[in-house]
Amino acid sequence: MTLIQEAGTDESTRLSTQPEAPRPRGRRFVQVRYAWRQLTSMRTALLLLFLLALASVPGGFIPQRPRNPVRVRDYIAAHPTISPTMDRLGLFDVFASPWFAAVYLLLFVSLIGCLGPRIRLHARALRTPPPKLPARLDRLPASDRWETGLSPEQAVEAVRKALKSQRWRTVVRENGVSAEKGYLRETGNLLFHVSLVVLLIGIAAGSLYGFKGSVLVKEGDAFASTALSYDDVQPGHRFSSGSLVPFNFTLDSFNATYTDKGEASTFDAEIDWRPSPDAASKKYDVRVNHPLVVGAAKLYLIGHGYAPHVIVKDAQGSVALDTTVPCLPQGVTFLSDCTIKAPNVAARGEQLGFQGFFTPTTKVDPKLGVTSVFPGLRAPGLTLAAFRGDLGLDSGASQSVYELDKGNLSQVGISPTMKVGDTWQIPGGGSIEMVGVDTWATFQVTQDPGKGLALLASIGIVGGLLLSLSIRRRRLWARVGEDSSSGRTVVEIGGLARTNAEAFATEFETISERLRGRSGGDARV
Amino acid sequence: MSELSDGLLLATVLVYAAAMLLFAGAGAGARGRRVQARVEAVRASRVLAGAGGPSVAEPAAPATPPQNGRVARLAIGVTAIGWLLHLTSIVTRGIAVDRVPWGNMYEFSSAAAFVAVTGFLVLLARGRVDASLGAFVLVPVVLYLGLAGTVLYTAAGPLVPALNSYWIKIHVAAAITASGAFLLAGVIAILYLVRERYEDTVARLALPDPGHRQTMVLRKERPVALQFPFTLGASLPEAKKLDRASYTVIAFAFPVWTFAIIAGAIWAEAAWGRYWGWDPKETWSFITWVLYAGYLHARATAGWKGSKAAWVAIAAAGALIIDYYIVNIFVVGLHSYA
Repeated sequence: MTLIQEAGTDESTRLSTQPEAPRPRGRRFVQVRYAWRQLTSMRTALLLLFLLALASVPGGFIPQRPRNPVRVRDYIAAHPTISPTMDRLGLFDVFASPWFAAVYLLLFVSLIGCLGPRIRLHARALRTPPPKLPARLDRLPASDRWETGLSPEQAVEAVRKALKSQRWRTVVRENGVSAEKGYLRETGNLLFHVSLVVLLIGIAAGSLYGFKGSVLVKEGDAFASTALSYDDVQPGHRFSSGSLVPFNFTLDSFNATYTDKGEASTFDAEIDWRPSPDAASKKYDVRVNHPLVVGAAKLYLIGHGYAPHVIVKDAQGSVALDTTVPCLPQGVTFLSDCTIKAPNVAARGEQLGFQGFFTPTTKVDPKLGVTSVFPGLRAPGLTLAAFRGDLGLDSGASQSVYELDKGNLSQVGISPTMKVGDTWQIPGGGSIEMVGVDTWATFQVTQDPGKGLALLASIGIVGGLLLSLSIRRRRLWARVGEDSSSGRTVVEIGGLARTNAEAFATEFETISERLRGRSGGDARV
Repeated sequence: MSELSDGLLLATVLVYAAAMLLFAGAGAGARGRRVQARVEAVRASRVLAGAGGPSVAEPAAPATPPQNGRVARLAIGVTAIGWLLHLTSIVTRGIAVDRVPWGNMYEFSSAAAFVAVTGFLVLLARGRVDASLGAFVLVPVVLYLGLAGTVLYTAAGPLVPALNSYWIKIHVAAAITASGAFLLAGVIAILYLVRERYEDTVARLALPDPGHRQTMVLRKERPVALQFPFTLGASLPEAKKLDRASYTVIAFAFPVWTFAIIAGAIWAEAAWGRYWGWDPKETWSFITWVLYAGYLHARATAGWKGSKAAWVAIAAAGALIIDYYIVNIFVVGLHSYA
């Protein structure tokens, strides 16, 4: 990608550091060089930029698998003809698709190809003194002229000093002074583009060597971070489990508060944690926007829900299950899906399974049936369908704890909505009682080793942009001579800036006044 | 306090509307005089060029710098009053809700419109544009505020927990500042296209120069005529000036937008456990950013300067509007708050 620069005219007025054409060589070399030049040209860069914007558009409208797998599934179900093609094209995961990668990698190759020569040229420009005086200063966009009582040498020195004190880079020529200012524009420009490359490296490092895992923890339960203890893990390709921070914690309590309208106002998970198994424990409040930092790892609170405490008894009256069952919330009022499995009964064919929903604030709606009208626990209710038979847990095939394999189960009845303390006698024997309601919270643990680099690059990006968009590169020349008729010293100045000529005109006026004052100028000629 | 803020916003809209009409009136009066002046200027420049004068003479340069007339000055004054009312409306909203007044789409839109008007007044004060732009800037502002006050209106209330962070002050304030400026630049870019077409047509209409057979042929085959909306170009500043004005605004807004995205990423890292996740809002902010980066490059690329760059600025403003409104209302994502 070619960096923003201003086109120049002749040598003295050229402000850019555009590379000069290298000398011709062999034919093959010429072809390769031609292709390289095309790739690193501004036009190609511009096209690649537009292509990058265009390539991102599907990702902004079509549901994306990494963010919302459920919506992708619904979308595919709703568009059965077109969706397989869309899936093959990677439209459900645009930002991981090869064509998206092709666009940004080409853009970065083009950028890097352009950065090398630009950095070299700028380094050379920084060491090069301001150019010689042009033949006619009065032809420049801004110019002025005055007479002074000083000698030519004194006038040159006065002008040089005045410019120097304004941080102009100056060089005294035989007939005057050349000065230049605003090199930071190109420095900023280069800093911005180099930072973009560094940002890409930081992002790549994070996704290769990073780790992301999530886990559901019930109130009162403990969790120890090991590669196997998470419900869901997304390690980077180069992530080694040895770099996982071995912290552990106990969820002491979780509290959510809501406004009267049912909007969430606070979520608060109080934990008791240790940075490593043998360390002393500490207390911490994990909240939204307030993660726990453990070395390279960060612990975030990302979700919560209810876990009714149930006691299941079999037909003989012995306790088959006594536990809290996390139910998964389905919406803002926390109507939650519950699945309960009670395998510990006398005979396998008599195992009990339940499926139903938990309603924190239960309301029986004439149209919708049992539903929840508020996310807080105001009138908890549990409504279940009971199944009897073989839960299939011994078959060896893995099974989700949130789903019931109904292959060898038959439904035996549907319960009324149970309140806390209610017991339902299951048709055909056995019972289930809701003895209380606990809460659970889901946590996400991330380790991103590229994060610091990305942040550093971001600072470079903003800093570079500010420099390159606010600073103007400008040149100024002063010629000192003698008026042939009066014999007095004449100072002539002229200047130009490639960008924002209006602002430069104002600046030039100020400089002109200042130089005139310092060099003992009198009447305007 | 909340009612006071709502009332002040209504007053703001009415005052802006009045200023808009005054600007339109001032423009209509000035247009006739300016067309005459311009044709003369074109004629004069052609004569100069023919006589071997400076070859760089701009054919469409106005004979005298445009002066803001009496009505136009009145319109600017009325706009300034509207601006003060607008500011008071935002401040009282902030007091009513006891937090920064940019927590939902209604507040956001009002603040972005405020930034756009501020930007216009600053450009006016610095002489970068003149009062002829007034009506064109205020029409979208009035529509936008009207929409914000009706469709997007949200009663004063607290923030959802995800927004409850000091980052809302930084990230959202930067986003609003950049968007208000970008929208202003978008309006100026549209006016640039109108004016450019106008200048182009006037230059062709002006004088059939014996040295330019091309012009004559063109004129014979297809009579050049200006149609609405390009006739509006007569009352606008020169295309060059508009191009520079929209560039100035974008050069200001682009680093601010970049900062807003980075601040958002830092906030996202604290709130959601990752600094970037291609959430629809993030995706569209990225598209907007890339398009404005494209604009800055286009303005420095041969063959892309002028109207092509202006189209890029307009497309980028379109992406910005999608980012705010379409994404918030129609696309499900982490930023679906209001």
